Amino acid sequence: MAEAQHAIPQVPPEAKGVGQWEPKIVGFLCNWCSYAGADLCGVSRYQYPTNIRSVRVMCSTRISPHLVLDLFKAGADGVLLGGCHLNDCHYITGNFHTEKRVRLMKKLLEDAGVDPTRLRLEWVSASEGEKFSKVVTEFTDKVRSLGPSNVKKDETVKAKVAAADEASETFRLRALVGKEFNLETKGNVYNNRLDKAEFEKMIDLATKDEFERSLILVLAKGKPRSVKELGKIMAVPTDKVLRHIVVLRQKNLISMEHSEGFTPTYRTIEIGGEQ
Amino acid sequence: MADKKTEAMEKPRIGVFVCHCGSNIGGFVDVPTVAEYAKTLPDVVYATDNLYTCAEDGLSNIREGIRKHQLNRVIVASCTPRTHAPLFQATCESAGLNKYMFTFVNIREHCSWVHMKEKEMATKKAKDLIRMGVARARLLEPQEEAKVDVTPASVVVGGGVAGMTAALSMAEMGFPIHLVEKEGELGGFVRNLNNLYVTEKSAGDTIKPLIDKVKANKNITTHLNSTLKSVEGFIGNYDISIGTKGAEDQKHKVGTIVVATGALEYMPEGLYGYNQYPNVVTLTEFEILCKKKTLPKLKNVAFIQCVGSRGQVKSYCSRICCNVAIKNGINIVDNYENMLGLMEKAGTVVDKIPVEKKATDEIMERRRRRRGRERGEEGDAEEVKLGPSEKIEVTIFNRDIMAYGVDHELTYNKAREKRVKFVRYTTDHLPKVYMEGNQLMIAYFHETLKLERTMPVDMVILSTPLVAQPDAGELSQLLKVPLGQEGFFLEAHVKLRPVDFATDGIYVCGTCRGPADITEAATQASAAASRAAIPMAKGYVQAEALTSVVDENKCSGCGTCMQVCPYGALRKNDKGFAEVIVAACKGCGCCGATCPEGAITMTNYTDAQLMAEARAALEEEV
Repeated sequence: MAEAQHAIPQVPPEAKGVGQWEPKIVGFLCNWCSYAGADLCGVSRYQYPTNIRSVRVMCSTRISPHLVLDLFKAGADGVLLGGCHLNDCHYITGNFHTEKRVRLMKKLLEDAGVDPTRLRLEWVSASEGEKFSKVVTEFTDKVRSLGPSNVKKDETVKAKVAAADEASETFRLRALVGKEFNLETKGNVYNNRLDKAEFEKMIDLATKDEFERSLILVLAKGKPRSVKELGKIMAVPTDKVLRHIVVLRQKNLISMEHSEGFTPTYRTIEIGGEQ
Repeated sequence: MADKKTEAMEKPRIGVFVCHCGSNIGGFVDVPTVAEYAKTLPDVVYATDNLYTCAEDGLSNIREGIRKHQLNRVIVASCTPRTHAPLFQATCESAGLNKYMFTFVNIREHCSWVHMKEKEMATKKAKDLIRMGVARARLLEPQEEAKVDVTPASVVVGGGVAGMTAALSMAEMGFPIHLVEKEGELGGFVRNLNNLYVTEKSAGDTIKPLIDKVKANKNITTHLNSTLKSVEGFIGNYDISIGTKGAEDQKHKVGTIVVATGALEYMPEGLYGYNQYPNVVTLTEFEILCKKKTLPKLKNVAFIQCVGSRGQVKSYCSRICCNVAIKNGINIVDNYENMLGLMEKAGTVVDKIPVEKKATDEIMERRRRRRGRERGEEGDAEEVKLGPSEKIEVTIFNRDIMAYGVDHELTYNKAREKRVKFVRYTTDHLPKVYMEGNQLMIAYFHETLKLERTMPVDMVILSTPLVAQPDAGELSQLLKVPLGQEGFFLEAHVKLRPVDFATDGIYVCGTCRGPADITEAATQASAAASRAAIPMAKGYVQAEALTSVVDENKCSGCGTCMQVCPYGALRKNDKGFAEVIVAACKGCGCCGATCPEGAITMTNYTDAQLMAEARAALEEEV
């Protein structure tokens, strides 16, 4: 045991700046490729920074946007998703769905004001041990260069990430992104195949809508707000805010209050939902 | 398990076993400190370190810990679950703890081995990883593995060599088999062929005993002119319906399915004058002509190899055509009487072509010795009768000749001895087939001489690849098994599971999974039959308790999960809600991440467990 310690020159922790800020990175690795690739990386003794903490899942397709956005909400500096190469998925088409979901996650992060490069999707096969170490090293450097996540210090960003997380859980986005791959490759019930660019545009619009609606709900939770106020915080035109509020009221998610004067304010219904 | 519920309801009592793995972990991570830290984590009632947890004393330490400290969760922090989880799970079970109450934390491959120069940081990471494991372990629930009965019967789709071999193998094991053949006759692609390489026998004679055996076997029900109409169910319990031309559909129950639908020959429309000039045929068409003995009078025959394969139209090498062309080259030379249209005068022709005289005695002697060595004989060998090259010219235009295996290289040598010419071409200079008046011509670039040359020919034979059946897509959708890029069926693992599909209970063999010759098809078929026999002989399969679970309170019955599931493991129940077919579910979790209502999660990988584990990574060590 002692021999091994002597054999490897140790880097003193001071050199690595212990006590200073170190990025916290969470990895989700699929059992069949990326996790196995990370195992091989270990067996081959390829070294990489200590920042990553990996969670094993059966397939990258298991990772719903909620799992990732929740981590960003909790202050993660970076999240790495690892899957099998396309067409090599142990579960046939799993990683194609992952690709679609990651696209949504990145869009939502962008909307929330978090650098989307803090989330990375990589295909690492079971035989790519060296690649795993390279990916982790590169990604850690990247996240380190971005600095600590702005969620920790900026309350607005925190609210926005919470809204992004909520938006990712809406029926509309989950259904759209869930069906995206099949609609693109197999077509719909009428055997029409949807144009990729057009469908992505549609999803992007829906993402924007759902994000803004979720943000209204986050901001008006426990604190009644006027349309003008919301528009200002969100940097969204008031007519658009009002349109969102009409939809949210139809869904019984927000209620109107006349607290002062003639300006109506709105408050999120804590336990609500469509009737 | 009787105490299943109580186990889950009890307050978690977690035991953590941190492994030194000799110096593999202990050399780079401060293991005792990590074990001490583990004791401070919530619900951890016992933590220790072992030199080797996987050794017998380590395992008995776990068993003892479970008994002594009433542990209801066990965490081992050591190597990778991919190799060692089954061992520790079995240890837990032997001490009466459900194996799903075990959590693996990888501090070797994912920590000590990759952070060898930073002991302090690696130790910190190991603590974090164990904290994550504890967060997960607290939320674990015991699981029961579902046992599913397997119907001991099988359906084999395709009545070629592969299908018949598979059917016969399983039938001889005593399983009733339905053999479904699209055509009106058994035999498949081989029925087209004249003779088979390496053997001298005709193709029909070679496979006749196989067909007879299939017909005579009482366990095999052969369905001719039939196709698989529908397939419902999962391993052990497939409800199939077989549609036969002019008859009512038959319904049967089978436990396994073997796919052996074979392949077709590629038709090289637009290449090398095919369908443009007379006497330009494909390799299989030539075999059929030989078989029917309706060949035109030939003097000069050219083969062109790799027509439409290896990047021209199809990406792959068809593997068998080199050997088939060599075989036919030899056939032509050996049967030159027939080829010259001189069948009746055969006796007279032979004398006129004293082939032996074409080479000097010295060269002939050298050749004889080489042939002798190849056969492992000493001294003089029997002379091989050489072809009458003055009368018959056979040229095989090729990119490379692949005569792999034990006998094929010798056949190739034999072809060369019989003066079959092998002329190489490259993709930069493809041979051209054209007509000059009434004469079929080939223009080619001689790679050695670096010259453009032309040659009159009587027949051009195009070696085209085997291609996937056009209806393979339909069958793949019916069975929910994948096709590769070229339309052949895709096995579960290219190296280790070559005749399984990723879907349990369905197997593949023969040319429907890629070009193969008869030997290979029969080998694969025997393999597929023995793989399919495993669940049938055992009588049941045990599904790992790693499946989707639907919360009917949340499910809206939208059916999105059914669309995304690659295994058809979800269906609608009587109430209109999604229902998981446990035996068919492989636990990928796609439906869980997709379900618009968030009504689906996975056993042993619940959202709560994953989130707790991941979130614990962000916490600070206390």
